[in-house]
Amino acid sequence: MNSYSGFSLFRNALTGHRHWSRAWRDPVPKKHYDVVIVGAGGHGLATAYYLAKYQGVKNVAVLEKGYLGGGNSGRNTQVSRSNYFYPESGAFYEHSLKLFENLAQEINFNVMFSQRGVLAICNSPHEMELYRRWANAIQMNGIDSKILSREGIKKLIPHINLDCRFPVYGGFIQKRGGISRHDAVTWGYARQASAAGVDIIQQCEVVGMDSSDSRVTTVHTTRGTIAADKFALCVAGHSSQLAAMAGLRLPITSIPLQAMVTEPVRPILHTCLVSAHIHVYVSQSDRGEIVIGGGADLYNSYAQRGGLPVQHENMEALLELLPIFSRLRLMRQWAGVCDMTPDVSPIVGKTPIDNLYISTGWGTGGYKAIPAGGDTLAHTMVHDQAHDLLKPFQLDRFETGHLIDEGAASGVAH
Amino acid sequence: MLRIKCPWCGVRDQTDFQFGGESHIARPETPEHASDAEWANYLYFRKNPKGLHYERWVHSYGCRQWFNIARDTLTHEIIEVYKMGEQPSTRSDTGKANKK
Repeated sequence: MNSYSGFSLFRNALTGHRHWSRAWRDPVPKKHYDVVIVGAGGHGLATAYYLAKYQGVKNVAVLEKGYLGGGNSGRNTQVSRSNYFYPESGAFYEHSLKLFENLAQEINFNVMFSQRGVLAICNSPHEMELYRRWANAIQMNGIDSKILSREGIKKLIPHINLDCRFPVYGGFIQKRGGISRHDAVTWGYARQASAAGVDIIQQCEVVGMDSSDSRVTTVHTTRGTIAADKFALCVAGHSSQLAAMAGLRLPITSIPLQAMVTEPVRPILHTCLVSAHIHVYVSQSDRGEIVIGGGADLYNSYAQRGGLPVQHENMEALLELLPIFSRLRLMRQWAGVCDMTPDVSPIVGKTPIDNLYISTGWGTGGYKAIPAGGDTLAHTMVHDQAHDLLKPFQLDRFETGHLIDEGAASGVAH
Repeated sequence: MLRIKCPWCGVRDQTDFQFGGESHIARPETPEHASDAEWANYLYFRKNPKGLHYERWVHSYGCRQWFNIARDTLTHEIIEVYKMGEQPSTRSDTGKANKK
């Protein structure tokens, strides 16, 4: 594998870009692996990368039913932040944000992480009181957050209409938060994992599992039967189906979350803007598209499209705040199927089945957790006990009652 | 946009209604003896099928009555609407919706 650098770009430019090597191999699945990971999205690939690079487990396969990064890893709105209320969440997501800060160097792939700040605004005085408490809690977790006045917000986003319906009272910002390029993150992890010996097998759907003595022995796929010592389920949306193959039931409900982008325009929005109250979040991508998301479609669905009423609500909220965007045309709209847990916090770690590990329940905010999710799950799989950061996020919390009722999980009310 | 036939009011837009989750979840019969696992199962664990799903909806901006729907979670097709306390006539063991 050639290293990506300014020099390699220059050299390949001179030869007409004909000699770039493949970013990852396309291997035929072997009969047996030490670890099989189901799902080649961000979390699955990151887990494989940290297993191979830091835990010394190189005989790893990542199975993907479609194409690499084609699920929620390529459908999210690319925001990274750690402005969570509870200390458990704060510690975990801060670890992830710190990994993001060095990710481009770590995986030798420009993920274009731009720490442009994530600004949450309040549209009622009561919300402002809550946000003061929230911002304070974040500071108590040792994470940066700063209350902004109306004037401060106007300075940051001159085009904002502060006196819209439900006027803006203020907000708080995490300046270290920002956006990156989600394809680059999955591609970068895939490239490094593949170079370290991980087999990434695309077009390979898991259709069944064999188990005996509370252990999964093999998975049946559309490309043959594969045995392994340990298995990890890192699928978004379809966790319930995969877990059911192993005889496991999960506290998960799958709902669609929509996102959409406008035609590209020159830089105009220099921060990520979130309003929980009128429910929209918006940022501008490196390509100039205005990326918009908002409330989820609140019913069970595996259709990756979402409904028109929610799209309307998102647009109404956006145009109240930023009427300047009213004449932009939408280019694309889509939805990802999100695994929602009752407390909106993820489930990562061991399961009642001895050699089966799970990473699910990332809900509407799994992208920001990719580096930490992969790092901690790899650690958990090798040591067969939950990484310290993951201890609060185990499946048994739904029996013990230690829920992490994280209203901040997507920065909005649920 | 779903078009839902309220058993009391007739067909209305989805925006008239709110979703209430999976139907036919029974509370533990003897709550004082229910284990933590049984409580967790009742409160949190769901079938979450890809295909036929029995679910509750409420006509929030209409008659405000609750009722049940059998709906396909992949195609969003509404296969059957039935009242609270009733059982669906559509059955499926495969998770795929069978039309009557």
